[in-house]
Amino acid sequence: MSNPTTKATREFLKPPVTEVGVIGWLRSNLFNNWYNSLLTVIVMLLFWQLIPPAFSWAFVNSVWNTSAEVCRETDGACWSVIPQNINFIFFGFFPEDQQWRPGLAMVLLIALVVYSKNRNHWKKSLGIYWLINLVVMASLMYGGIFGLPVVETDQWSGLPLTFMLALFGIVAAYPIGVILALGRQSKMPAIKTLCVVYIEMIRGVPLISLLFMSSVMFPLFLPDGVTLDKVLRAQAAIILFSAAYVAEVVRGGLQAMSRGQFEAADSLGLNYNQSMRLIILPQALKIVIPPTVGVLLSVFKDTSLVVIIALYDVLKTTKVTLSNPKWTSYSTEAYIFLAVLYFICCYAMSSYSRKLEKELHTGH
Amino acid sequence: MNETQAQTDDTSAGTPIIEVSSMHKWYGDFHVLSDINLQVKSQERIVICGPSGSGKSTLIRCINRLEEHQRGQIIVNGTELTNDIKNIEKVRAEVGMVFQHFNLFPHLTIIENLTLGPIWVRKTPKKEAEEMAMMYLEKVHIAEQAEKFPGQLSGGQQQRVAIARSLCMKPQVMLFDEPTSALDPEMIKEVLDVMIDLAEEGMTMLVVTHEMGFAKSVADRVMFMDEGQIVEQNNPHDFFDNPQHERTKLFLSQIL
Ligand SMILES: Nc1ncnc2c1ncn2[C@@H]1O[C@H](COP(=O)(O)OP(=O)(O)OP(=O)(O)O)[C@@H](O)[C@H]1O
Ligand SMILES: [Mg+2]
Repeated sequence: MSNPTTKATREFLKPPVTEVGVIGWLRSNLFNNWYNSLLTVIVMLLFWQLIPPAFSWAFVNSVWNTSAEVCRETDGACWSVIPQNINFIFFGFFPEDQQWRPGLAMVLLIALVVYSKNRNHWKKSLGIYWLINLVVMASLMYGGIFGLPVVETDQWSGLPLTFMLALFGIVAAYPIGVILALGRQSKMPAIKTLCVVYIEMIRGVPLISLLFMSSVMFPLFLPDGVTLDKVLRAQAAIILFSAAYVAEVVRGGLQAMSRGQFEAADSLGLNYNQSMRLIILPQALKIVIPPTVGVLLSVFKDTSLVVIIALYDVLKTTKVTLSNPKWTSYSTEAYIFLAVLYFICCYAMSSYSRKLEKELHTGH
Repeated sequence: MNETQAQTDDTSAGTPIIEVSSMHKWYGDFHVLSDINLQVKSQERIVICGPSGSGKSTLIRCINRLEEHQRGQIIVNGTELTNDIKNIEKVRAEVGMVFQHFNLFPHLTIIENLTLGPIWVRKTPKKEAEEMAMMYLEKVHIAEQAEKFPGQLSGGQQQRVAIARSLCMKPQVMLFDEPTSALDPEMIKEVLDVMIDLAEEGMTMLVVTHEMGFAKSVADRVMFMDEGQIVEQNNPHDFFDNPQHERTKLFLSQIL
C-alpha cells in the first residue's frame, strides 16, 4: 500500500509534552476551561471534607467483632453488629443446629455458578451437574432423608431464600420470556393475542400486588384442604412477573434482526424451530444482553419485596436483628454490609455479561 | 464425474423443473405480478432483466415461497407450492437462493454457515458435511477463510461463500437476485466467474442481473420484465440484436 520512498523519508514526531502524560491528561480532562477548573476545585474540596472523616469512621476508630457494650464506647463504626449476628442474618429462622445445611447448599450453588461461567463447560454434563446439585440442595434444605430432620419452608429465610428466589426467578423467567416474545411475533392470532394480553397485564401491575395476590387471593381459589407452599407461590409470582419484562427485551432483539437473516434461514429449508434456535435467537439474544442483564438484576433486587408477604429474605433478617435494642443504633453499618453484599452479586452478574458479550462478538 | 453428468443430461434435460402458470401476485391492492407463465427446463440458464420495480425480485422470491402468490400455480421439481409448510420446506431445500446482500449468518464461521443446511435439513453427518463444505469452498477459491467469520471477509468473498452455502444443499435450481449489485466493480468479476463455472457444470439457474455481458455469454434465454409482466423472452443473440417490443428496445438503449 504505502510508497517505500515516502516511508523512508517520513519523520515520526512525538506529540507536544503538554498533550501527553500526567500534565496533558489533567489539562484535557480537569482544567480545559475556566468552569471545568472551578468544578474540579470544588469537587476536590468536597472530597477533602468528606473522605478523611468517613475513612476514620469506617476503618480507624471502628470495632470489628466485639459485644454491643464495647461499641457504645467507640465513636467509629460498629461492624460487630454483623459477625455477632451473622447466623441470624444469613440463615434466619433455620434451626440453629442445622444451619450447616443451608450453608453447604449455598457453597454448592456458588461453586456451580462459578463453574458454569466458563463457556467451555456448556455441555450436556453441565445440565446433569445442575440437576444433581438441585436435588442435593433441596434435600439439604428440606431434609427428611439421610436422617436429616425436616425443616419446613416457612423456616427457610435469609440468604438462601434470597438466592433461591433470585436464581430460580432468573433461570425460569428467561426461557419463559423468550417464548412469550416469540409468541408475540407469531402469525397465529390466538397465540399472539394471548401473549400480548399476558405481557401487558403483568407489566401493568407492580410486583407487590402480584405477591399479594399469590399469597392472599390465590389460596381462595384452591379447593378446601389443598395448600400450595407459600415460598413456592412467591417464587411463581416473581417468575411470572419477570418473564413479561424479559419478553419485551427479547422482542426488541427480534425486531433488530434484518429480514435477510430470516429469509436466508428459510431459503435453506430450515423449519421454524431450527431457524429460531440456530439463526435468529443466538443473534437476537446477544444484541439484547445489556438490557436483559438490567432486567435480571432487578429480579435479584426485587426478591427483597417478599417481606410484605411475611417471608424473611436477607434484608428482613437484618431488620429483625436491628430490632434488638442492643443493636438498634448500628443500622448504618448493617445496611452498608447488605449494600456491599448486593453490590458484589450484581456487579458479578453485570461484569460477566460484558465478558460474555465480548466473547460472542464476531466482528460485525 | 463428467460421465455421470452426461448421463443425467439425457434423462433429465427437457423435463421442466419449474412450471409457473397464470400466476398473479398482489401486495395489498398493488398488482405486482400479472399472468406470469414460465417454464424452466433442467440445466437451463435464464437471465431476467427489466427496470427497477418491475417485479423481478418478487418473481424469483415466489419460486421458493419467500413471497406468497395469490392466483395460478407454481410447481417446483414436481411439488406444488401451497400453504402446506412441509412442501414449502421441501422445495426450499431443493432451490438455492443467493441474495443481493449475501445474508450470511454473522454469528457462525464460514464453515458453519456452509454445514448448517446439510446437517439440519439433509441430516448429513457433521464430518461428511464439513468435507463437502471444504470442497465447495475450494471451488469458489476461498478455502483458506473457512474458520473466519463473515464480518471479516470482503463483499466479493462473502458472496462467493453465499453461493457455496447454497451449493452445499445440492440444489436442483439456483436463484440469484442481483448477486453483484452490492459489490465494488473489482469484486464483480470474481463472483461472475464462479457463476460462469456453475453454469458450465450444468446447474439450472435463474439470474436477475444487470450484467448484460453475463447474459450474452451464459444465458440460454433472456427474459425482459416490465410492470409485473414478462414482456419478451428470447435467446440472447436475438434478444439483444433484434428486440421485438418497444419497451425492450427502450430498456436496452438505456442500459447498453
Ligand atoms: N413487501 C412489499 N410490500 C409492498 N410492495 C412491495 C413489497 N416488495 C416490493 N414491493 C413493490 O413491488 C414492486 C416490485 O418490486 P421488486 O422488488 O420485485 O422489483 P425489482 O424488479 O426487483 O426491482 P429492483 O431492480 O429495484 O430490485 C415495486 O414497485 C415495489 O415497490
Ligand atoms: Mg430486486
